[in-house]
Amino acid sequence: MGGPPVSPAQAGYQASPAGSAGMIELHDISKRVGKVVHIKPTSLTLQPGHFNVLLGATGSGKTSLIKLMAGLDPLASGRIVMDGQDITKLSTQKRNISLVHQFFVNYPHMTVFENIASPLRVAGMAPSEIQGRVEEAADVLQLRPMLQRRPHELSGGQQQRTALARAIAKESRAVFLDEPLANLDYKLREELREQLPDLFAGRGAVVVYATSEPEEALLLGGWTALMEDGHVTQFGPTSEIYRKPDNLTAARVFSDPPINAAEVTKSGSEAALDGGARWTLSGDAAGLADGRYTVAVRPHRVTPQRHSEADVALKGRVLVTELSGSDSSAHFQMGDNFWVSLASGVHPYQVGEDHTFYMNPVHCRYFAADGKLVA
Amino acid sequence: MRTVNQRGWFFVLPVLILVAFNALMPIMTVVNYSVQETFGNNVFFWQGLDWFEQILRSDRFQAALGRQFLFTAIILAIEVPLGIVIALSMPRKGIWVPVCLVLMALPMLIPWNVVGQMWNIFTLPKVGMLGYFMNDVLGVNYDMTQDPLAAWITVVVMDVWHWTSLVVLLAYAGLVSIPDAYYHAAKIDGASSWSVFRYIQLPKMKTVLTIAILLRFIDSFNIYTEPFTLTGGGPGNSTTLLSIDLVKIALGQFDLGPAAAMSLIYFAITLMVSWLFYTLMTKDDAG
Amino acid sequence: MARITLSKLRHSYYPDPKGPDDYALKEIDVTWRNGGAYALLGPSGCGKSTLLNIISGLLTPSEGRVLFDDNDVTDLPPDRRNIAQVFQFPVIYDTMTVRQNLAFPLKNRGVDEARIAERVAEIAEMLEVVPMLDTKAANLSPDNKQKISMGRGLVRDDVNVVMFDEPLTVIDPHLKWKLRSKLKELHQRVRATMIYVTHDQTEALTFADEVVVMQEGEVVQIGTPVELFERPQHTFVGHFIGSPGMNILPCEAAGDRARFQGHEIALEGPVTGSGGTTVLGIRPEYVGIGDTGIPAQVTKVSDVGRHYVIDAQVGDMTLKAVSEEAVPEKGASVHLAFRPEQTRVYRDGWIATEARR
Repeated sequence: MGGPPVSPAQAGYQASPAGSAGMIELHDISKRVGKVVHIKPTSLTLQPGHFNVLLGATGSGKTSLIKLMAGLDPLASGRIVMDGQDITKLSTQKRNISLVHQFFVNYPHMTVFENIASPLRVAGMAPSEIQGRVEEAADVLQLRPMLQRRPHELSGGQQQRTALARAIAKESRAVFLDEPLANLDYKLREELREQLPDLFAGRGAVVVYATSEPEEALLLGGWTALMEDGHVTQFGPTSEIYRKPDNLTAARVFSDPPINAAEVTKSGSEAALDGGARWTLSGDAAGLADGRYTVAVRPHRVTPQRHSEADVALKGRVLVTELSGSDSSAHFQMGDNFWVSLASGVHPYQVGEDHTFYMNPVHCRYFAADGKLVA
Repeated sequence: MRTVNQRGWFFVLPVLILVAFNALMPIMTVVNYSVQETFGNNVFFWQGLDWFEQILRSDRFQAALGRQFLFTAIILAIEVPLGIVIALSMPRKGIWVPVCLVLMALPMLIPWNVVGQMWNIFTLPKVGMLGYFMNDVLGVNYDMTQDPLAAWITVVVMDVWHWTSLVVLLAYAGLVSIPDAYYHAAKIDGASSWSVFRYIQLPKMKTVLTIAILLRFIDSFNIYTEPFTLTGGGPGNSTTLLSIDLVKIALGQFDLGPAAAMSLIYFAITLMVSWLFYTLMTKDDAG
Repeated sequence: MARITLSKLRHSYYPDPKGPDDYALKEIDVTWRNGGAYALLGPSGCGKSTLLNIISGLLTPSEGRVLFDDNDVTDLPPDRRNIAQVFQFPVIYDTMTVRQNLAFPLKNRGVDEARIAERVAEIAEMLEVVPMLDTKAANLSPDNKQKISMGRGLVRDDVNVVMFDEPLTVIDPHLKWKLRSKLKELHQRVRATMIYVTHDQTEALTFADEVVVMQEGEVVQIGTPVELFERPQHTFVGHFIGSPGMNILPCEAAGDRARFQGHEIALEGPVTGSGGTTVLGIRPEYVGIGDTGIPAQVTKVSDVGRHYVIDAQVGDMTLKAVSEEAVPEKGASVHLAFRPEQTRVYRDGWIATEARR
């Protein structure tokens, strides 16, 4: 969209000193358009001090949820509490928030300086203070030399940094970043991704970051809410969720390449893939009732070489291979299952030939028929 | 949430009041007149639907309606293809773009009555440039005050001159929004210019063309000032379109009842045909 | 299919280029064999799109020739080059069905109906779009649309080269991965010469047999993914390829040793040349964390799922290390060991050590 940015034009704007801003609590908020449910009733508590990542595919509801929190769309139900104050009925302008979009949204007729300063001017801040705030934000984002240029003279990365600088200078209580790096070059994305958590550290704002890339969630750290089909399937510290997804959907959402999954039959202390490998269960898995389960294991836990005595051999026909310099991956077919192996280093595979892969069962997760993690 | 948005209605209020004054109230007055007879002095007699019946049955109305449809059909048949062709031949980049756009917009900036007067003088035998050229240089007998065919041709040409630009500008807007990649892909696929038009340009112009056709239909169907200042509906009744006839009845003869009924019929026809156009042109969007 | 030769190719968007800065594409000289998969990799504005447009015929180069096999096609328009191209945003003919879309390039060339039906069926099966053949192409999801535009290229059997211009831009990450492997699979099946343009190292490296890394209109290195990763010829390649990129650390170098922050470091081999600015290049993957080596302070630990990325400070420099094992806490004192055969010196950006055989 080419329209003007979401204007922070707010009458009741008051800058809160860094560090004092509190959390955002969502109590059963939902969104409907006509009869279509876009966001199912969702409750979350988003804390300042670390990134809150919304991770999900396109259409899973990330942007919808952000719009609800920003007050850009009406709620069908529920309450939003920010910093102890019920803001459900407060308009966007009065919520003291910032929003950075996937598309570079800046005022085209203003210089970078004016773009960053615009919310502060609207708030009626003194020029000297504005100068200070803008320069500080510009320094953090390395925009100092570009302050007098206009957006069209900037590269995509600089334009997006300007939008970020505006959010920082404003010192809002909440900053919503909706896939802000999606339209940038890979390497630039990598750099900004690394800088972002530091940029917002110690500012006391609740930072919400929507992305569709699992890798991005991991790099940004903090907490992650996995979204699927208009609701949050799991929420918790990012690396914890990655290591222990509590349901199969969460495991699939938080994996790139996709997590390997297959049906297994458990009987006694053994699990068996249909028409394939079998292994002895240990730990929680050993205590499961006999029956059918879905086993899931991440691609980098399936390797072309044996690493330990406990490894289980998996025989599959190699369909496609990818070599990325540092890693090799192979897509192989094992019965009805299509699995991926991802390993460091260079491994020669023959496409169309059988190859034996190995996995250590300790890395396997087991899910019941309803998708819940059981071991 | 909702309470926040309620305030928005205050902003709409002035428009609502304005619309009420300049649309709803006149319409209600017309409806009022259409079912009553009056001989002045604010004395009214209930007439029911008699006026409607009378109008619909009258040869005069049917002839005017026929002329109206003919006129609209002719100018749509000329302006839409012509507009597309001109839009296609306009440059898509470079310094000539603004020049072309301004040139195109010029005729549309001239007021309706001025257009009529301009063409009136332009076509006068002996005096007007066109009239002189046709009669004295080419030797064709051309006098639109005498010859109905000449009058028709003049009215149509005038409308084409005045309004094709609208189709051009809308079609052009549709064309420039097509990404270069489509043209590149078509070249690579070996598509002919016709295929490019048929499968890329026309589909991408569809939305704007729908709007162009609708606007041109409504405008031409309700056209009054230009033909009236040009021919006054003549010679005879040959260029008396519906609106001209309506004004004759209402203001010339002061038959307010029939004129009111005719206005409503006129309005209903415009609305129905517009709706028909719109539904037909957008129907396979869903498929 | 054809072998592609780019001979002394240069291009400037100015009619009268003065210096090298006026060239969007500085000299490139390369031959790509028939049936290979190649990638042009670089940041925006590096000249890769210019090069792509020259190969496809949308742009005529200022200097140099483009050869398909032995035919000079430099001045031929796109439709006479027998090429196929897949664009950043899927280009499909909205009013046509999937079947008609796939048949379009053949129909335009007057191929007979039976042959068209046969080719379309074959390609549709390959792309796994058979069930949607009779739906309108406008109603497809972006990834399927992109498959169809790919299909329109593959349906012709006289195509010299299939080109991809950042084809996965609008595709969701979890589908990106699928489409990428589909592409790879297609290449392995049809063995067409394919050129893939992207700024995304993962896409380039996983797709191509050989990658051309470009920067500011210049080819910096041409090599296999392994070569680019293992032995970057330029610090730009080291930085651009790999995630995180290579550590680039100011140093002094002599013989087969380098001095970095007062520590002596063994190199892959003797240093060549002299003068200029020298830096040490080592990939995070080859920086070991242990009990011996250069003392360092851990400043940050990121859990990337598959492994950990550790930021460690040595003197006033920060460098990165990758570890798959459990790692030290932030603030811990550790020792770093650089693997000598992966440690090199770069002089003014270019590699300046000789590998020992």
